[in-house]
This record gives sequence, structure tokens and C-alpha cells, in this order.
Amino acid sequence: MESIAKLLQAIPKYDALPELLQFLIPIVTSCVIIFALMALCVLFMVWLERKVSAHIQDRLGPMVVGGWHGWAQTLADALKLLLKEDIVPASVDKILFKMAPFIVFLGAFAAYVVLPFGASSFVTDLNIGILYIVAVSSLSVIGIIMAGWASNNKYSLYGSMRAAAQVISYEIPAALSIMAVVISVGSLSMVEIVKAQDGSFLNWFIFKNPFIFLAFIIYFIASLAEVNRTPFDLPEAESELIAGYHTEYSGMRFAFFFLAEYANMLLVASVATTLFLGGWTLPIPLLSEIIPGPIIFLVKALLLIFIQMWMRWSLPRLRVDQLMYVNWKVLMPASFVLILGAGWMAIR
Amino acid sequence: MEVDYSGDIMTLNMGPQHPSTHGVLRLVLKTDGEIVADAVPHIGYLHRCFEKHVEDVDYAGVIPFTDRMDYCAAMNMEQGYVLAVEKLMGIEVNDRVRYLRIIMAELSRIASHLIAAGTYGNDIGSFTPFLWCFRDREKILDFFEETCGARLLYNYHWVGGLMYDIKPGMEQKIVEFIDYFEPQVDNLNRLLSDNYIFIQRTANVGIMSPETAISYGVTGPNLRGSGVQFDVRKDEPYLGYEELEFEVPVGKGEHGPVGSCWDRYMVRIREVKESCKIIRQAVPRLTPGDVRENVPKRVKPPAGEVYMRTEAPRGELGYYIVSDGSLKPYRLKVKSPCFTVMSAFREVSRGAMIADIISILGSFDIVLGEIDR
Amino acid sequence: MVTYFRNIGLGIWTIISSMVIASRHLFTPSVTLQYPKERWQMPERSRMRLSNKIEDCIGCGQCARACPTSCILVKTEKRGKEEPPVFASDGTAKKLRTYIFDIDMTLCCYCGLCTFACPTRCLTMTGDYEYSVYNKDDHIYHFAVETPKTDAEAEKQSPAKD
Repeated sequence: MESIAKLLQAIPKYDALPELLQFLIPIVTSCVIIFALMALCVLFMVWLERKVSAHIQDRLGPMVVGGWHGWAQTLADALKLLLKEDIVPASVDKILFKMAPFIVFLGAFAAYVVLPFGASSFVTDLNIGILYIVAVSSLSVIGIIMAGWASNNKYSLYGSMRAAAQVISYEIPAALSIMAVVISVGSLSMVEIVKAQDGSFLNWFIFKNPFIFLAFIIYFIASLAEVNRTPFDLPEAESELIAGYHTEYSGMRFAFFFLAEYANMLLVASVATTLFLGGWTLPIPLLSEIIPGPIIFLVKALLLIFIQMWMRWSLPRLRVDQLMYVNWKVLMPASFVLILGAGWMAIR
Repeated sequence: MEVDYSGDIMTLNMGPQHPSTHGVLRLVLKTDGEIVADAVPHIGYLHRCFEKHVEDVDYAGVIPFTDRMDYCAAMNMEQGYVLAVEKLMGIEVNDRVRYLRIIMAELSRIASHLIAAGTYGNDIGSFTPFLWCFRDREKILDFFEETCGARLLYNYHWVGGLMYDIKPGMEQKIVEFIDYFEPQVDNLNRLLSDNYIFIQRTANVGIMSPETAISYGVTGPNLRGSGVQFDVRKDEPYLGYEELEFEVPVGKGEHGPVGSCWDRYMVRIREVKESCKIIRQAVPRLTPGDVRENVPKRVKPPAGEVYMRTEAPRGELGYYIVSDGSLKPYRLKVKSPCFTVMSAFREVSRGAMIADIISILGSFDIVLGEIDR
Repeated sequence: MVTYFRNIGLGIWTIISSMVIASRHLFTPSVTLQYPKERWQMPERSRMRLSNKIEDCIGCGQCARACPTSCILVKTEKRGKEEPPVFASDGTAKKLRTYIFDIDMTLCCYCGLCTFACPTRCLTMTGDYEYSVYNKDDHIYHFAVETPKTDAEAEKQSPAKD
């Protein structure tokens, strides 16, 4: 944001604007940039998801719209969703029903503020950055519960209840595995964490020591559950709950749920990239100067997203009690062990 | 599972439009949180008055309607009917017809079990096996289409013969398909059947004891999944199944108790391999002959009644025909395998979770077209 | 404790093996046909749209009797003695004038029984599968070309269109 503010200073007579506007314009500009970036990534991810699923299943996926391998298909779909009639069923709680998709989206979007896409491409470098992400991303659960409750549909209610139970429980191992990294760095700031990994591949936390590698695995599994991906897609389990909490939604509001889901995927992948895969750094001397940081960052994040998709299309879904078993009896003890181990490695 | 149902009970209406009820089945679930206290199936949304309707259609015209009962395995449906009418009329068919019927029935069984396995994977939440199974099923349907011209509702079996002979060179193609197909089953096993999540979701769920299964009259893979070795092809052979060597796979309870959903699913997968074996044996036995040699000019059975049972992919399929000597059946009653297993659903599913309801229903592999008729 | 770790290990192992199997298919050629551009060759025995070669039809009505769903309507009258005899292409004399030969494709169950009943093999099922229409009435095919000469009752009914 600072760089944007500085750029804006270059505009003649910028200082003549009222104080309030001077304060607001950089914020709005960076929001728009982040939103555009996110929307673009989501469009690409939806297309990628379709292609990955199709090729795993011996299909082709979208091939027509836009020419080359149907690259414009998601664009067309998004346009269609935006143009559709906004149906609000008669028996829903109208205010909550209308609000819910945006709150879900807000939770995903707000967390992007502290993501360091490049050495200087981030909105703000909060000194509690990672804590902020953990806090804000659990906001979307409120939206999910609102959607499920307001829909006045039993399947939606089941979906939202499952989502609440699942997201809240899986936040604990995720946060604990983040702790392991924080212990090693000694800072909560996202930029500091990335800077600590600069230099060589071995500085990346995933390769640094076995405990943090374990932390990466646990974070990855827990993040799958947080963004409701298979094998933890119980809240929207198609074959049981039809579509879970967004059964009653259509058109634009559904598009926002969809956007939030993929934005969340990108978020957890970005956090994993920042924490474990060295963020924007690339320890190959020449390449790191040519390729801009945000591109390196996004490529790493998309690699993780590809693994998420790959898992989704090859694994079945867990049951509610098994989901809880995996969390409380497998991931939790393991994350305690790794915190002890990472702490021991840090003070050794 | 002992559950205290003192909490508030919520009625959840699952179906008739629900992605996992395999058609238009309606389940009324009494749920306490995620646990289902009672599940009552309501059937009849696909009722087409088959049994009454065919009393007004001549014997040959009934065959297209039998196709539409179990549309996933139409070959087996019409085969049962045709065999019943032939038994009533005392028609003997020649060897080529017999073995062609066996080959077609077994191919159809493979296609049907592929649907069962694929949709079961879909029910459990894994979408990929579904499309892999359909990819191989399409190849079988290609054989059917090339032979009789239809992909799903064949009308291929005729009273006293078959509609067409297979095209020259088809035997070779079928054997090649089996060669290609058998490794695909292992692929499917590695993707789905042996997956730990899948096992956790299906073993220990929906346990149907052999006593329950027998007392409800459950047949077919569902009965064999409970460990009872009963197969009409083996125990009351027809069409010359007694000349062919094959095993009757039963649920062994590798994971959890015998009679779980995993056992029922696995019996189907193993049966597919047995069907491959049968086809391999039947193809060399095809002798030249005319498939319409014994087709009667008009199908007019003598007055009397007959009951013929065959092994359809979903269990024992029985046709009871009463003839008054006219051109149309006086009464036709179908003993449907899916209907009997559906009656056991309530007992098997008691105390399960919502996700298990889907799992149990999928493992029963019902086709509503046959339940409702 | 041993089973606990064994189960975790088994879970991870089978998940990885599932994913490996799935990933192999990422690079195998897919089986999809891009339908409007690519079409597969329909087998010659394909049973799709019914078609009647009315010049060969002798109006016997066997097909209507064989049809289990009664989707064929045939109405005929005797040709007068003074009229010139008409023959089908295989030489069968067309003693009846077929003035209505309607097939309702919405009722047809594609069993093909009518084609086997047809003595002159003029009623066939073709491999044509693209015949969706906007109007349901367009699925009723009127094959008859001749108009009734004497039957006053038939004139009241809608004359057969082509």
C-alpha cells in the first residue's frame, strides 16, 4: 500500500485533495487490485479444476468457449451467474439470507491484506500478520452458519452445522502447525517469515527440519478441511446433503459462495507458500532476478492448489465422526509433538 | 449401535429428488442430529402398471416392457421373461442361441455391476470411479448396439431365439475387450476398493446378517455379501450354466463383520471377474447355427402357468406367467430382487448416520424402475 | 497403539496409491468425442428413427398390430376393380389404398418389432438420431400420400399430409 500511496503522490495536485480522500484512495486502490488479482486467479482455478478433473476421468472438459481448450468457459459461466435472476425463496430469513454470501466472501478477502505476494507487493505488513489470517479466515464460518440457518432448509442446516464443527476443529491443528514456523522465525509478520527463508532451498521451512515438514503436512490436511475440499467436503457433500449450505442459493449470491470457496483455496495455498515454501523467493540466482516475485508466489500457490484438486478427484469423502477422529486423535497429538520438536530445534 | 433417542427428533425427507436415491425413491428419516433413528422408504414414484399393462400386450410385445424394468441390465430382464415363456411353450433353443444368451447376459451383468460400483463410489464422494466405470460400460454397450441396434433397451432376446446373430468377428472383439477390461478392475480396486477412507466408510456399516438377509428373502449379491452362497446360475442352472466353470463369490468380511456394505460392494467386483471367466469359456463354444431357428410364427403358449427364475445382476429374478391359451398373458407377476432388498432397508439402516444411509442404499444397488415396475 | 499407527500408515499409503493411479490418467488420451464436430459411425443395425417407404407399403397393418405401444395408425380402403393395379417394388400387388399411415414417434419405444412384422420390409428403423423438434406434433409422421376415393367417413378426418 505504501508504494501505491507514493505513486499517487506523483499525481499533480494530489496533496490538494481533502485529508479523508487522501487516506481512502490508496486503500480502495489496493482493494481493487487485490480483488482483480483474486478474481483472475479464481477464474483460472475453476478452469484448472475442470481440466484436472476431466483428464483424471478420461474426459476433455470444456473445449468450446474461447477457442483453445475452452479457456473462456469460466468467464462465460461467471457472466451467466451474474445475469441470472436473484431468487430469494419466500420462507427464508431475508436479511440473513442476503447477507451470508458476502460475509463468507469477506472472511476470505480480508485475509489477503497481509499476504506478501512479492518483496514489495503487499497491502500491509502487520506485525501480527499470520495471527490476523487465522483470526479473519474463521469469520467465514459465521457466514456459512447464517446461510444454513436462513435458508430454512434442513439440508442447508446440516451442511452449515457440519461446516461449523469442521472448520472450528481443524483450525486448531492448522494454527498449531503455523506455530511451529513462528517459533523458528521468532516473528508473526508474514514478510519476516519469507525473509527468513531467503537464500537457498534448504532455508525453505519445508526442508529445514523434519518437524516443520510434518507441520507442512498437517497444515495442508487441516487447510483442506478448512476450505471444505474432498476428502473433507462434508458441508457440501453432494451425494448426502445435495449442496449443503448453499442449496437454496442461485445466481449472483451463489457466485459469491463459489468465489469465496476458491478464494479460500488460494488463501490457504498462499499461506502455505509463505510459511513453508519460501514465498516470493526463488534461490536460483538468475531466474529470481528475471521473474517477478508475485509470479513465483502464484506458481507455488497454484502447485499446491493442483495437489488439492488432484486429491479431490481421487479420494472419497470421510464421515462426520471419522472427520473428528482424524482431527482430534491424529492431527492434534501430531501437532503437539511437532511444536515440542520445533521448539527444541529452535532453542538447540 | 445403542443410541438414546431422547433428543428432539427431526424428520428429514430424502428424495424423491435427491442425488443419491438412485431414481425416485423417497426416504423419510427420523434424525437425531446426524444419527438416523428410523428410515422408512416410500416407493411407487415410478410405478407404470407393468404387470397390468402387459395383460393387454401380446407375448412378443412384453419384451420391450421388461427391458424397462431394470434399465441397467435390460438383457437379463428380457432373458428371464423369454426363458419363462419358452418353458411354458416347451421350446428348446439351439446351442448358438444358448451361448449367445449367456455371453450377452454376462456382458450385461458386467455393465450393470460397473454402474453399481461407479455410482457407489459417487455416493461415497469419489467421483472419478464413476466415469472410469462408465467408460468401460460404454464399450459393452457398443457391442450391444452393433449386435441389435440399441444401447440400453435391447429387445434382443426373442421367444425361441434372438433378434440377430452377432456380427462376424464380434467374438474376437469381445475377448479382446475382456483382456483389456480385467486390468481395469484392478485399477478400480486400487483407486476405490482398497482405499482406506472407502473401507472406513463402508466396512462396519449397514451390516446385514445372513439370518436377516434370508428372512427378508434377499437375493443376489446382497445375499452373497452376507456370506450365503446362493446363486441361481449354480443352484438351479439354466441355459447350460452348469457346463461352465465359475465361482460364486461371497462376502468374507475382510474389513469388519460379514455382510457390511464393503462386502456387498466387493462381491459385485469379484462377480465381474467371474463373468469375464464365463465369457471366456462361452465364446469358444459358439457353434454355427441359425439364431431364429426355433422362433415360433406366433407366440401362443398353451393354457397353464409357469415360474422361471434367473440370476439377474441384482438378484433372483422370477417371472410367474399364467396363460389362458390366448395371445396375451392372463397374468404376469415379477419377483423383483430390488424390492425384497428394499424391504430389509429399514432394519439394516437403523441407528446409522445420514452418510451411512447413502452408503447402505448405494450398496444395495437398487433400480427403482424394477422396484416400482 | 500399534493398530493406531498401522491405521494411519495404511491410510496414508492407500491415499497415495489412489492418487498415483488417478494421476496416470492425467496423461492418457481421453475418450470424449466432441459431438457436433466428431460423430461416431452408427452401426447398420441401429434402431433410431422410424421411416416408411410408402411406395412399397401394402397397407397390411401388421406393423400396427405388432407395436406394443400402438404408435402406428394405418387406415386403408380397397382399391376399386376398375382402377389400374399398383405394385410394390418387389412385385407385391398393392390391393389396399393406404390413406393414413401415421407414426407417433413420441410413443415409439424403439423395440423394432414393427420392422420385423413388415412383409415388404418397407418400414425400417434408420440410424438417424438427430430429429428433435420444437413442436410435439411434428413428431407425428404422416407417410401416406394417397387420398381416399370413396370413404366418406375418412374425408371428415384430417387428410393425410406429407
